[in-house]
Amino acid sequence: MVGALLLIWAAFDVLSGGLFLTPRNLWNLSVQSSSVAIMATGMVLVIVTRNIDLSIGSMLGFIGMIMGVTQANLLPRLLGFEHPATWLLTLAVGLLLGVFLGGIQGFLIAYLGIPSFIATLGGLLVWRGAAWWVTSGQTVAPLDATFKLMGGGPEGSIGAFWSWIVGLAACAAVVALLAHGRAQRQRFHFPVRPMAEEISLGGAACVIILAAVAIANAYPWPIGSVRRYAEANHIALPEGGLFISHGIAIPVLIAIGVGVAMSFLARRTRFGRYVYAIGGNPEAAELAGVDTRWVIAKVFMLMGLLTAIAGAVSIARLDAATSSEGTLAELLVIAAAVIGGTSLAGGVGTVPGAMLGAVLMQSLQSGMVLLGVDTPLQSIVVGVVLVAAVWLDTVYRRRSAS
Amino acid sequence: MTGQHEMGAARISLVEMRDISLSFGGLRAVDGASIDLYAGEVMALVGHNGAGKSTLIKILSGALTRDSGTIIIRGEEATIANPRDARTYGIETIYQTLALADNVDAAANLFLGRELQTAWGTLDDVAMEAEARKVIGRLNPHFQRFKDPVRALSGGQRQSVAIARAILFKAQILVMDEPTAALGPQETAQVGELVRKLKADGIGIFLISHDIHDVFDLADRICVMKNGRIVGTARIADVTKDEVLGMIILGKCPQGAISGPGATA
Repeated sequence: MVGALLLIWAAFDVLSGGLFLTPRNLWNLSVQSSSVAIMATGMVLVIVTRNIDLSIGSMLGFIGMIMGVTQANLLPRLLGFEHPATWLLTLAVGLLLGVFLGGIQGFLIAYLGIPSFIATLGGLLVWRGAAWWVTSGQTVAPLDATFKLMGGGPEGSIGAFWSWIVGLAACAAVVALLAHGRAQRQRFHFPVRPMAEEISLGGAACVIILAAVAIANAYPWPIGSVRRYAEANHIALPEGGLFISHGIAIPVLIAIGVGVAMSFLARRTRFGRYVYAIGGNPEAAELAGVDTRWVIAKVFMLMGLLTAIAGAVSIARLDAATSSEGTLAELLVIAAAVIGGTSLAGGVGTVPGAMLGAVLMQSLQSGMVLLGVDTPLQSIVVGVVLVAAVWLDTVYRRRSAS
Repeated sequence: MTGQHEMGAARISLVEMRDISLSFGGLRAVDGASIDLYAGEVMALVGHNGAGKSTLIKILSGALTRDSGTIIIRGEEATIANPRDARTYGIETIYQTLALADNVDAAANLFLGRELQTAWGTLDDVAMEAEARKVIGRLNPHFQRFKDPVRALSGGQRQSVAIARAILFKAQILVMDEPTAALGPQETAQVGELVRKLKADGIGIFLISHDIHDVFDLADRICVMKNGRIVGTARIADVTKDEVLGMIILGKCPQGAISGPGATA
């Protein structure tokens, strides 16, 4: 997977004459991947339990519209324009709605026994229609200035200093995790990895993290934003302009935060254990006393919550809520999960894999845009790559199993 | 079970299932079956495929819900609506299918539904692996693959995991549905050893088996089912293997057995 991603990156870089592997393009790639990556973390759990969620694109559109109307029409009437609490209230409304809509579908699937394919196919139609209904199809814009930060852009990034802080904190966390794991195994005198391996593992992780931060920091603000910033802060603009780093974009931070939280949920909690056990053998999980229906309902609620987060990122990035936002997103998300190693047969799949899958899908798409490939041809390539990737994966798995 | 319990309350049955019935559509899978079990006893349940043994036992372990009848445990009526309820009564079951989640490791299967957690509410995988190593090591000293998904294990190893799960939580009532079906002769002997040991600890065991020799080797009493009904119940000492075969095939209840509703006149 990682190998395929690097190969694609290298190929695009050569074909585009060195335009692909620039801080600017990689930074944009990271922002564009966020929304799909956020949803892919939930789709992994949905697919692991042998279900599917086709409704998330439409649900994203509907929740996006509701969040748009909440912050642009409803809250300004109550609180006034640009109230500091607007973004938070809007987000809360969106997240609650996401859990609720996911809960409805989860209830239909887990308790009424409707196949998830059908229940969420219904959702795909219903939520898209509902998204149109909110404003009779009118686009809602502009959005609250604070809310918009969730979409990235020069203001929606945390700058060089804080990016380094985040990077160093992440390195510290990696080292602490490795040390904790080692101490835990030593507690019961289990075999542990050789110290040299631990150090090179942690070292490699830290290098990758810090390199990513350095790349994000190497992308400066565009001249227009710098000029506005200089005017607002009464700084005389020097001759060569000012170099202000973007740093890590807020949507990317959100996606990483979601990824960490979802990995934790999947690997370290009872809920995650049940999700995988249900995927491996639903009957065994039931016989072991797991409340399988409730677990599945919760998985769909979680999917709804993540869709709402992705929706907030999407509309913030666009600075507008449209009733067609998120169209076909479900297919990108499912593709990301599957390319990331999630088995549609259930029981197998990882959160980081799905997030990498999302980056891979987005790399293909933005790489082709960079090369000026026609839109119809882009779809053809993405479709072929998806099928080929899954086929290669199947072959590889069959080999490694025997 | 304590020694005092065994002697003082020997006549109070550990489990009594009275007049249990369950139909699937028009098929009466279990039809007015009554069976009981005492502490420190092995009760064998035999019969043809489709005689209703597994169905009856799944009602006890909460996997199926009966249409009618009562379950009495230690003299009190029990409510068993799901596998969790059964576990609270100290009932553990080794299913014929083993009921393992193939994609997770042995420790995860052992503790499924009853995971050990750290003070933070997270899974304590290391502690679970340590317990798993202890209990599986007792059953099968050669078992080493604690990190692999159960899918990668041999039939005997998988069986070890399923059996370990049942004994890990100090069951008082153990249900074994064809526990030796997937095992070689040596492992079968080990399971026999285990059954004797558990019995000595005062645990009551329901043993479902196709193997009449096994049954005569391990069981104290035997209960034969045919077409969802009990043909008869007998102490092993009071019947011969041929008589038991007669019960299974013809539904004919011999002299030494207490005849049930399924016996042919």
